[in-house]
Amino acid sequence: MYVYNDFDEAFVRERVAQFRGQVARRIDGSLTEDEFKPLRLMNGLYLQLHAYMLRVAVPYGTLNSAQMTQLAHLADTYDKGYGHFTTRQNIQYNWPDLRDVPDMLSDLADVGMHAIQTSGNTIRNVTADHFAGAAKGEIEDPRPVAELLRQWSTDHPEFQSLPRKFKIAVTGCEADRAVIRAHDIGLRVVRNGEGEIGYEVIVGGGLGRTPMVGKVLRTFLPKADLLPYCEAIVSVYNLLGRRDNKYKARIKITLHENGLEKIQDLVESRFEQIAPLFGGVDQELLAEIEHSFAAPAFVSKSVDGYEAARLANPAFRSWSDTNLAEHRADGYAIVSISIKKHGATPGDATSDQMRVMAELAARFGHDELRISHEQNVILPHVHKSDLPEIYAALRAADLATANIGLISDIIACPGMDYCALATARSIPVAQQIATRFDELKLEHDVGPLKIKISGCINACGHHHVGHIGILGLDRAGVENYQITLGGDGTQTTTIGERAGPGFGADDIVPAIERLVLGYLDLRSDSSETFLQAYRRLGAEPFKNILYPEKAQKNAA
Amino acid sequence: MPRAFTPKVITANALLEGDAIWFTQDDTWSRDIAEAEFITDEAHADIRLLEARADQSLVAGVYLAEAKLSDNGPAPTHFREAFRTRGPSNYAHGKQEA
Repeated sequence: MYVYNDFDEAFVRERVAQFRGQVARRIDGSLTEDEFKPLRLMNGLYLQLHAYMLRVAVPYGTLNSAQMTQLAHLADTYDKGYGHFTTRQNIQYNWPDLRDVPDMLSDLADVGMHAIQTSGNTIRNVTADHFAGAAKGEIEDPRPVAELLRQWSTDHPEFQSLPRKFKIAVTGCEADRAVIRAHDIGLRVVRNGEGEIGYEVIVGGGLGRTPMVGKVLRTFLPKADLLPYCEAIVSVYNLLGRRDNKYKARIKITLHENGLEKIQDLVESRFEQIAPLFGGVDQELLAEIEHSFAAPAFVSKSVDGYEAARLANPAFRSWSDTNLAEHRADGYAIVSISIKKHGATPGDATSDQMRVMAELAARFGHDELRISHEQNVILPHVHKSDLPEIYAALRAADLATANIGLISDIIACPGMDYCALATARSIPVAQQIATRFDELKLEHDVGPLKIKISGCINACGHHHVGHIGILGLDRAGVENYQITLGGDGTQTTTIGERAGPGFGADDIVPAIERLVLGYLDLRSDSSETFLQAYRRLGAEPFKNILYPEKAQKNAA
Repeated sequence: MPRAFTPKVITANALLEGDAIWFTQDDTWSRDIAEAEFITDEAHADIRLLEARADQSLVAGVYLAEAKLSDNGPAPTHFREAFRTRGPSNYAHGKQEA
């Protein structure tokens, strides 16, 4: 893992000191709220419905055990004993006192963390495949490049006042777990015909008010050109992006309004201009960074104990069937720890749970943890022989829910329970759906199904790319939930289609139940997933299930 | 024709803790909406908003919110403002905790 060098350390410490001064000046009245607001947002501090919220960056979702332990310390010392993992692989604290925030940032700096550029019209936390460095079939670990992008984008003088926020995601696999096609820039490691490593560069994806799937700007960008090329893209956007209308300011609109060809021409010519100026310094940096991401020394040992535990313990078997993914090393597995216990708040972990996960990473997982955009925690490198012990520890900490990729593994934004921008609540809907399907004991029968819930049009809950998406709105002063169907956030990214009129807060969970039970009748056999059935049959039969009265009328 | 003025309260967040507060008739800020000044006149609302915004050393994000009169005093009409008087629905945190 990357460890701060003297420059990083000094930079982050200086920012903490600056913010400490800014907070003091706000409290003594020297700064007005209008003056203070942009300063606090630069440091990840929002003012929400009930309290401040501090959003801490977890760069490309990677943490070590000391960092996770420190997140637990922050939760206990400055918050209410828990933290909320987000769809940008960050963690949010919902209850800090303004006076404590400089100390929180200082404690974060102690473990090489910060909250810089987790807000504002800047390049945000770079996200990555949460299985990076561990996934089978990966061409190259994308995190060194993500770290390079983090260093380049942090406090980049040209990009502190972009037309709008700017999000970059990277993956080293064909299988996309980082939703790269719904980002301002999505990067995928690829090999060309000569076997050289480079990137497919995707631009202009995004969810929100105007969801769009990103377009390929370059099918193969040589590895060494990455930083100047990204700088060229952001610089073209910085000049061309609209500043007259917040809702038309993202690069997806710039691309849409100007056309792919024009953007391509501008980026290529800007790239030619600036590439020589980099003079190879970026590649020297990258080489250093790559060293710190060297793969752990994997060992070869027996997995008999694991197989025996699977036979002996059905609960362990169910968990290992659901929560493990294939690792690139023999005998190893990638463990997804579900932060989605039925009925609990998606993405919320208590400080005790954070400490348990940190300890497991230290003891069994080469000291690595990941936060996934699906709001779960990953132990990326675990030998299968250690799994029975890990499972027992997770179970004791209420972290052994076997539901990864299933209906209760729901993404939900904080919604109107916390967020000042929300138009409706998301958390209670997620809680109720998970509880209901747990009662029905149908979750494993239903199989892979991604429900994603956003509490407003900004789509932090990724509802557009949920197989079933739920969008909470305010309809004449009442919470109302719109359903979208057929969305997909993987390498076959698809924006879901709106099913029809929205449902009231009391009707949304029964509507989802009707829809999912209806799918069980529609699928060709138990191996056909919800998304496959939707793609085969189209929206109509699913709409008929959601709106039976309308279907009846049409049939009459 | 302009829309008829509907009753309002002035609300904000406390500077240090960030929790919801309401502007009272005595120019103070209360943690309880029932103690807020109930404003039924548009011109008066404009003046009171200016007054509430004049000193922001203790508060942030001052705005007018729709309200109705209940037995206890002013009460929210919209669910968002109702949540602000309680706290989140997933934990008994915030005002409902006290």
